[in-house]
Amino acid sequence: MNATWSRFNIVSIVLGFAFLYLPIVLLVVFSFNASRLVTVWGGFSTQWYAALFRNQGLMDAAWVTIRVALVSASAATVLGTMAALVLTRYTRFRGRVLFTGMVFAPLVMPEVITGLSLLLLFVAVGLDRGFLTVTLAHITFSMCFVAVVVQSRLISFDRSLEEAAMDLGAPPVKTFFQITLPVIAPAIISGWMLAFTLSLDDLVIASFASGPGATTLPMKIYSQVRLGVTPEINAACTILIGIVSLGVIAAAIVNKRREVQRRRDEQAAMRLD
Amino acid sequence: MANVSASAPAATPAERTFLSRLISGFTGRLLILVPYAWLLFFFLIPFVIVFKISLSQSAISMPPYAPAIDFSEGISGLWAALRELSLDNYLWLTEDPLYFNAYISSVVIAGISTLLTLLVGYPIAYGMARAPASLRPTLLMLVILPFWTSFLIRVYAWIGILKPEGLLNQFLMGIGVISTPLVIMNTYTAIFIGIVYSYLPFMVLPLYSSLEKMDNSLIEAAQDLGCPPISAFWKITFPLSLPGVIAGCLLVFIPAVGEFVIPDLLGGSQTLMIGRTLWNEFFANRDWPVASAVAIILLLVLVIPIVLFQHAQARAQEQDR
Repeated sequence: MNATWSRFNIVSIVLGFAFLYLPIVLLVVFSFNASRLVTVWGGFSTQWYAALFRNQGLMDAAWVTIRVALVSASAATVLGTMAALVLTRYTRFRGRVLFTGMVFAPLVMPEVITGLSLLLLFVAVGLDRGFLTVTLAHITFSMCFVAVVVQSRLISFDRSLEEAAMDLGAPPVKTFFQITLPVIAPAIISGWMLAFTLSLDDLVIASFASGPGATTLPMKIYSQVRLGVTPEINAACTILIGIVSLGVIAAAIVNKRREVQRRRDEQAAMRLD
Repeated sequence: MANVSASAPAATPAERTFLSRLISGFTGRLLILVPYAWLLFFFLIPFVIVFKISLSQSAISMPPYAPAIDFSEGISGLWAALRELSLDNYLWLTEDPLYFNAYISSVVIAGISTLLTLLVGYPIAYGMARAPASLRPTLLMLVILPFWTSFLIRVYAWIGILKPEGLLNQFLMGIGVISTPLVIMNTYTAIFIGIVYSYLPFMVLPLYSSLEKMDNSLIEAAQDLGCPPISAFWKITFPLSLPGVIAGCLLVFIPAVGEFVIPDLLGGSQTLMIGRTLWNEFFANRDWPVASAVAIILLLVLVIPIVLFQHAQARAQEQDR
């Protein structure tokens, strides 16, 4: 679709983005507020960041959260990529309908249901709640997001490349690692990042699946938010937002570079012809 | 003998295809089996357990329900346990109007919020689809970026804005629009704002992808034939964007019905939503069987929209192929 970009279009985009970004911007601004009152500006200060790093409970929770996110994102990426390959490459096998359902349903399933059901599973099999159970729970719901991201790349993938490799005698597994994997790598990386942030963010499922000893950062933030808004929490949120934005922007730049490089390679190849 | 050993180093083409087929058959099966088994065990079986516990009695023990199936007693133990199951928890849900009201109010709140999200999201998606092609990837990233920042943080950010002495009231009173602070925090309005805000990217993305694919010559043709822009929109653009509208609405509606964080942080204690009821039943009352029954009914309420969502996904996948 490409036609006139009317004033109405521009205004709706500007208003829409203002709505999306203003609350986050305000939150970041007020994390540098010298006043204890979160909504009254009392001058610039970084004291809440210092206070944050002295808060041992919050630091411990952050460490737990990062470890859970690293492990669960990596496992979810492997499982999700496998699921995506199954969805796009194996169109006929017994139980495919059920499989598709199990991949897509967690995307929209209310978190309270997923959390409760996983907790009851862990209790039923006698698994002690803690680091392991939170990680297993996060792998389960984030692998479905990875599957969707990778699947969308696999659908547009030119299969003749694989066929050419196989015709030249490369066994399927080798073909996968040498041809398929490099092509879908950007999707796998963004799938990993999505899984990582989903795990970093999750409150509801972690609250059900975790036990004493494995309090995650969102759980900690939530319990403090219930007592009231504090600048310290604003500071913690700002750091999280900063890390995630840097990651996303870096990934976008890397993708863009790859795209440019690929186009240059293609042009060079055309000239050789 | 000599013949065989001479041909051994290089496998014949027939052998190679046989071997690769064997490997691909085996790896293929493994590829299907691993995620399949994982989802069966961690996604499907838990629902069976939830269903079973929803038929149990609550008890003061750990785990707080009875009977817990005792596998050591074998079949007879299982049978005895099965006979103890009852529909009491479901009857309890029908007796107390709190639950019924919570289901109804969740569906209504989610429905209204979905419509509002569509109203806010459509112009954004439409504007993005009409933007110069060079600008679109950036706009797309700007829509996705808030999705990467924590849900909890984004909801939390609204507390500082909406509360009586918050930024919105300060601003409105500062410019003299109102003289007494608006009460938005801890009302249903706050929940609507929270849901629209948090779920907006889920609405904009499918809308954008269906609007972007649209062939603009259709609208030009309509306008050449004298169709005014507004009726061209309703007769052409909107119907063609319907797959995006449906996908977006389902992506917002289904999770919003069971939403917990937004009603808990922005809605206060006066607002009623089933996600919070389930949470309280589980964490405050420690009544796991009733919480399970609440979850099962919630799942039944959502079965139809979830199946619709699956169909929409499957159809989109077929089209992309």
